[in-house]
Amino acid sequence: MTTRRTFLVAGIAGGAALAAAWWLREQRADRPIAAAGTPLAGLDPDAQAIMTAIVPALLDGALPADPPARAAAIQETLGAVGLAIDGLPPAARHELAQLFALLGFAPARVALARVNSPWADVSPAEVAGFLDRWRDSGWKLQRSAYDALHQLVFAAWYANPRSWPAIGYEGPPVLVS
Amino acid sequence: MTGSAKPALPDPFRAGIAGGWTVIDASALERDATLEADVAIVGTGAGGGTAAEILTQAGLTVVLIEEGPLRTSSDFRMRESEAYADLYQESGGRRTVDKAIGILQGRCVGGGTTVNWTSSFRTPAVTLEYWARARGVDGLSAAALAPWFARMETRLSIAPWAVPPNENNATLARGAAKIGIPAAAIRRNVKGCWNLGYCGMGCPTNAKQSMLVTTIPAALDRGATLVTRARAQAFALDGDRVAALTCVAMDARGVDPTARRVTVRARAFVAAGGAIGSPALLLRSAVPDPHGILGQRTFVHPVVMSVARMPERVAAFSGAPQTIYSDHFIDTLPPEGPIGFKLEAPPIHPMLGAITVPGHGAAHATWMRELPNLQVVIALLRDGFHPESAGGRVVLQDDGTPALDYPLTPYVWEGVRRAFGAMAQIQFAAGATRVLPVHGDGAGYSRWSDARAAIDGFALAPRTTPVVSAHVMGGCPIGSDPRRAVVDGSGRHHQLANLYVLDGSLFPTSIGANPQLSIYGIVAKLADGLAATLAPATAAGPRASS
Repeated sequence: MTTRRTFLVAGIAGGAALAAAWWLREQRADRPIAAAGTPLAGLDPDAQAIMTAIVPALLDGALPADPPARAAAIQETLGAVGLAIDGLPPAARHELAQLFALLGFAPARVALARVNSPWADVSPAEVAGFLDRWRDSGWKLQRSAYDALHQLVFAAWYANPRSWPAIGYEGPPVLVS
Repeated sequence: MTGSAKPALPDPFRAGIAGGWTVIDASALERDATLEADVAIVGTGAGGGTAAEILTQAGLTVVLIEEGPLRTSSDFRMRESEAYADLYQESGGRRTVDKAIGILQGRCVGGGTTVNWTSSFRTPAVTLEYWARARGVDGLSAAALAPWFARMETRLSIAPWAVPPNENNATLARGAAKIGIPAAAIRRNVKGCWNLGYCGMGCPTNAKQSMLVTTIPAALDRGATLVTRARAQAFALDGDRVAALTCVAMDARGVDPTARRVTVRARAFVAAGGAIGSPALLLRSAVPDPHGILGQRTFVHPVVMSVARMPERVAAFSGAPQTIYSDHFIDTLPPEGPIGFKLEAPPIHPMLGAITVPGHGAAHATWMRELPNLQVVIALLRDGFHPESAGGRVVLQDDGTPALDYPLTPYVWEGVRRAFGAMAQIQFAAGATRVLPVHGDGAGYSRWSDARAAIDGFALAPRTTPVVSAHVMGGCPIGSDPRRAVVDGSGRHHQLANLYVLDGSLFPTSIGANPQLSIYGIVAKLADGLAATLAPATAAGPRASS
């Protein structure tokens, strides 16, 4: 049974983990980032690893079956997510950077996301379990993070014309004056 | 397809610029700029656009300040991938402080009117009566406003929509009839509408009579100056007057501020940046707020959604959105009673649909594969009329940008539960084979009795139950009592002699209907008064030609 006390402990633990993760991120501020306004611009290498694991899990059942088409769909979704983050206002970008720093910080990944493998090696089942837990979480950080990932990834994929044939959408009409 | 010769539709705005309109893109400024005018207007949406036309008609010089970009019909390619990032606040991802409410707000020339779904309602009489009775508002009775609504209806071609509703809306009408509640057609501000269904991404044919194609061109024709990509930062105060407005130029993508500044000096200043932007601008300016009410009582018409799978094709991405509504659950409740809600049927394009359907993986993909057969009803809750519905509060973040802190109270959740029930009942009555109240992990139900039982047991809570809003209202309420109102009955700030608020932030409660025509009518009346104050020889009245 969840009590108010465990919420508070989780909150303090989350705050401490975030501070540590953020400090670690600042120590590695020289990592390459794509140029502003180009695909992936909003994703640093850690965030790319996290999203590379999460995108196929969220889009399970929606991606093309053919391996090259599937790989291209994932890559385009990552690019669109990165571009979308790069176009957000500074305050929103900062929040997402904090989320990725937290998820990329191994102790927080294990303790808060309960994902034991590094993101690059994680199994689909492990990612699915993480997403289910955060979707059903009553803790604001987890549920709102799930919502942010849900919105970014589904917006990126379903705005992509490659997704349209499977859902019976023919695209916008062609206008002739 | 380079070199293809697709015949281009007319783009009157680009033609106007070619013909000599004064339009400045602040992101391209090479040095700071100073502008002077009789009136500086912050915001180019329903309030700013309406005020600009009326003030320039009175012979006054006007500068319009817009934070967003100028995009015109040639830019509107009906693609969600472009439209939300380009035309909406925070790329369409704006949320309240606790992340419980998603907010769709326009940020472009024309503001919300460029991207809204054209629904046009006069302010309900019950709302205006409540303002007079409970919120100290004089002069905004239904009778006093009627000629102003009539003027703006004529100006913006607001009329009954004679084309049959698309199947998404017809389903709402059919279900309502089956359960014995009234539904009716929504009036729309369109002229020669092609019935495409892409109003939310900017009208590619200029049929929608938004500010972008009506009042702003009229103001520019009369010599107004439009500055885009400029964020109004703060008013400089001098005693009981505003002396100047400082704006920060944004970068070309509209994301980050630059070092360039635009200063506007004027006789009068109008805040019309919407009900988050206007209170935020006044807060950043540290205007007098002796009673601590600025930015309080901000309302959003909290919206919850219900998705249905129909046996036949619906194609809710095609055809005019929101052409049918039902006010049964507003009209049968007193405003001070349990929260009422309006029912409408929104468009469903792939991206908006995908972020609306809860959950992920196979369950989400299954719903998406049914997209052509999906039907959606939304319930817009009428907030602000009850002691337990005090709305939200606009706050400033560390970087000075605004956020809305809106606690969802048990009073609102009680209405959400009734709304889920009503929407599911209507959808099953119309023939739905499965109904998904948008909540939790996204379980769907095949029978009305199962849905009813599930909805009764829902643990409704922030974030577990997605809530959205496309209507932000209030925060600078109008009224004669300075203890409860930021501006007086003329729209003028109670403590500052030349600062006016002319947008949806004037409203002392939510409207209880899509607010664009409320903004047009009320702002037209107040802007006419302002014109009479500043240029008494040319005051026009509600029957002025346009």
